Amino acid sequence: MRNKHKAVSYNKWGYIFLIPFVTVYIVFQMIPLFTTIYNSFFENYMSGLKQIGPNFVGLANYKALFASGDIWKYLRNTMIMWIMGFVPQIFFSLLLGAWFSDSMLRVKGQRFFKTVIYLPNLIMASAFSMLFFALFSDGGPINTILVSLGIFKEPYKFFSHVWSARSLVAFMNFLMWFGNTTILLMAGMLGIDSSLFEAANVDGATSTQIFFKITLPLLRPILVYVLITSLIGGLQMFDVPQILTNGTGDPMRNTMTLIMYLNKHLFSKNYGMAGALSVVLFIITGILSIIVFRATGDRQKAR
Amino acid sequence: MNSDAVGAKSKGLPIGVRRMIAYIVLVLISFLCLFWFYVLLVNATRTNSQIQGGFSAVFGTNFVTNWKNLIGGTLPVVRGMVNSLVIAASSAVLCVYFSTMTAYAIHVYEFKLKRYIYTFILAVMMIPTQVTALGFIKLVGRMKLYNNFIPLIVPAIAAPVTFFYMKQYMDSALPLALVEAARIDGAGEFRTFNTIVLPLMKPSIAVQAIFTFVASWNNYFTPALILNKDKVKTLPILIAQLRSADFLKFDMGQVYMMIAFSIFPVIIVYLILSKYIVGGVAVGSVKG
Amino acid sequence: MNKKLMSIALTAAAVGCVAGTTAFADGNVLNIQCWNEEFKTRLTDHYPGYEEVDGTHGKIGDVDVVWTITPSDDNAYQNHLDEVLPVNEEAADDEKVDLFLIEADYAKKYINSEVEVTEKIADLGITDDELANQYQYTKDVVTDAEGNLRGVSWQGCPGVLIFNREAAKEVFGTDDLDTVQEKVKDWDTFKATAAELKEAGYSIVSTVNDTYRVYSNNVTTPWVVDGKLNIDDNLMKWVDDSMEMVEAGETNTFELWSDDWAKGFFPDGKVFCYFGPAWLINFSMHADEEGSIANLGGWGAVEGPQGFYWGGTWIAAAKGTDNPELVADIIRKLTTDEGIMTDIVKADSDFVNNKPAMEAAAEDDSFAFAVLGGQNPLAMFCAGAEKIDLSNMGDYDQGCTEEFQNAMKNYFDGNASKEEAIELFKTAISEKYPDLVVE
Repeated sequence: MRNKHKAVSYNKWGYIFLIPFVTVYIVFQMIPLFTTIYNSFFENYMSGLKQIGPNFVGLANYKALFASGDIWKYLRNTMIMWIMGFVPQIFFSLLLGAWFSDSMLRVKGQRFFKTVIYLPNLIMASAFSMLFFALFSDGGPINTILVSLGIFKEPYKFFSHVWSARSLVAFMNFLMWFGNTTILLMAGMLGIDSSLFEAANVDGATSTQIFFKITLPLLRPILVYVLITSLIGGLQMFDVPQILTNGTGDPMRNTMTLIMYLNKHLFSKNYGMAGALSVVLFIITGILSIIVFRATGDRQKAR
Repeated sequence: MNSDAVGAKSKGLPIGVRRMIAYIVLVLISFLCLFWFYVLLVNATRTNSQIQGGFSAVFGTNFVTNWKNLIGGTLPVVRGMVNSLVIAASSAVLCVYFSTMTAYAIHVYEFKLKRYIYTFILAVMMIPTQVTALGFIKLVGRMKLYNNFIPLIVPAIAAPVTFFYMKQYMDSALPLALVEAARIDGAGEFRTFNTIVLPLMKPSIAVQAIFTFVASWNNYFTPALILNKDKVKTLPILIAQLRSADFLKFDMGQVYMMIAFSIFPVIIVYLILSKYIVGGVAVGSVKG
Repeated sequence: MNKKLMSIALTAAAVGCVAGTTAFADGNVLNIQCWNEEFKTRLTDHYPGYEEVDGTHGKIGDVDVVWTITPSDDNAYQNHLDEVLPVNEEAADDEKVDLFLIEADYAKKYINSEVEVTEKIADLGITDDELANQYQYTKDVVTDAEGNLRGVSWQGCPGVLIFNREAAKEVFGTDDLDTVQEKVKDWDTFKATAAELKEAGYSIVSTVNDTYRVYSNNVTTPWVVDGKLNIDDNLMKWVDDSMEMVEAGETNTFELWSDDWAKGFFPDGKVFCYFGPAWLINFSMHADEEGSIANLGGWGAVEGPQGFYWGGTWIAAAKGTDNPELVADIIRKLTTDEGIMTDIVKADSDFVNNKPAMEAAAEDDSFAFAVLGGQNPLAMFCAGAEKIDLSNMGDYDQGCTEEFQNAMKNYFDGNASKEEAIELFKTAISEKYPDLVVE
């Protein structure tokens, strides 16, 4: 930019460095992606081993998707459970990040704490949920404790009530992912020039001031990343509610997410409906992401 | 230092109380995180009927038996671990290296298609992975790549999410002046990337390497459809196989033992890589 | 080690040269698809001439046996079959699937498929006479719409009602089998007994799901009639009977196999009875656990309200197999040979699909079950197996059964009215089977 003739000679490297990504993407992802969009206009599924279609049906799949209105219910479920998990997730991540980087607090055993917070993410979701089930089952230890403390008269069916089921999904998501977010933020903090902190200290700034005036603004790109990927990950929430509710999304599909709904169509290899749903999901994600980008002003910065 | 403490005091809670709260919260959170490993270990020491009989916080006595049953059984558990390691490690290496490279291309260079490519990658990041899974399997079939690691490793090169993180990290931590300086020193572009940029990106590379490794290590859906020969199966497939055992062989003790067994290597990899994330912050901030 | 190397060398040689000295003029590789090792154990232990090479390879004479095991989680096993079976005839001979295993829930999917993926058993040269000693229901499961038999099983899994003797003594004053059977002889009596047990602090069954398959095995119409979804009256009776019991606090809505469900395997669980076949009694009721009812020999078995079965694995020959003779021989030996069948009963406590073998065992006191306090229930199982009628099974059973139970749980738990639950069921079916008319 500054030196135009110089820039020109280097900029072909931009293309060269993009070759591996683009090649692999085209080979392994592009074809399935285009077939997904293409298929959304076709009736195309299996009944047992019998292939039905593909027959061109125009927008019929989309119409069927919106006719029942279920999709909005699942979008709502997804967003509710995502927010229930994400708010504590980002709160604790920032809190821990602030504590760890607070020079006055001087938390001892930092290495230990920083290490353990990510550990739940190492357990396979399916294994994790088996343990969760055992813990929260009607005769499980949580109920035993609650009943013996006199909080409940009889065992509470956690998975049979809308809000307790949603809370458990959100809680498990939180446990599995807040360490992930914290690590992202900590890595981001590492990238901040430590001379900035020193200068602030010399100027007599408090740790709270340092956190809000220096750390947070410099972390903004990483925070945007966390926000966007959590949003995308949240909209694609699947394995935790799927395994915890055995794929049913019970009670009465109030914990069913969009991707669980998509998964229902994969049983019959219904590429038509699954394709239409994916396209809709893609549009929803896109709109919400643009809103986040705009709100954080990151788009301009990214040129 | 002293004046800082006074300043904080006058504003809010005294430092002692704040420290207290911090410790209480941290201990609670650590308990929540470690609890599951404890239960896993406990279950790995119990018999099938004990496990199905319900939850327990006390260790059983079946650890050795479960271990012997697992290793002495017909499942190729050691082979499975090697396979999982190969796939997860290769994916992680390819993913972080090429994602950083892709992010670098967008971050540093000015070229005509840049805006479009950047927007495109961000857009494809929003496509749910489950959608393309079935199409991907079909593709693998057409390419005759069943029972081959390639379809599980190579696609990691094009990972939009990792790319996006690297790009954001560069925004906050890679000043263009550094690159310019390297150019003035006469370093080639490729060399600049490998010797100057990559080391600077260490924390972010460590983070994403961990994430990719773990995701690949725990992946079941795609590998289960691509790998069905014993020689190539990964641990999650073997765990699923153990869980669908017939009633004569069904043994949750073995299942938990296998889960515990399969978590070990990830923990080690995590501990090694986390040094780059965990260590540095402490140095930077405590000193500051 | 040397042996292993040898066999690998032999394999390599066999691929290149003409078929050696096999007893059958067939291909060189026998490919078997399955989801666990049950059948492998049977073949290894009971098929004459099978030699194990390693976990997934074996040899029968000159033929290499290759096992492909795909777990059933996430439908992976069926997805795999769906990929390979329809193109099996075009595959290279050594890659061809020769034999695959299926469960009752989805058997019809492969038996009735439009693209034929199974060989007719008759085409393998196995006659009806050879199969005459097998239980009729095991044939119903794998008979296609035209009446051709397309699979065979070595197992029978008829079920009985397994009751807690102590509970019976406490509530009815006796654990005499006839008295207990009288208390559960039909569903109305069953419900009356449930109330009686409730008074004494017992749940009659652990969960409503315990009785589901007893009702569903006794339907008079299939799930799908002329392409339309149909809910049989007996299933609605299950819903109503279950709801009555749940509302009265006589039972619960646990999932089968959950910790809560299994609580009744111990005296403190206060469950009166379970419904199950021999394998449930033998292996799943924690007989090895001190203090469990099974360990104390505290269960008894009676016929219960209606006959039913639970479980079982069927062998099918894949269309296009290049080893038809060997496949036929395996089926013959493992499902019709009375000597081998009796061996399986003795070695594995399996209930085999062979009437004379089972009837002999029913007379033999050495087959008494310790968990049943020394009762030999095999005669009861035999009688039960004869009564099962599965002519109403269909192609859509797996999904319908699963979704029906899932949907009704919402009704039982008080989260939906019966109508709403049925609506939910219909929605779920139209997602799973878009080709069905759902009204």
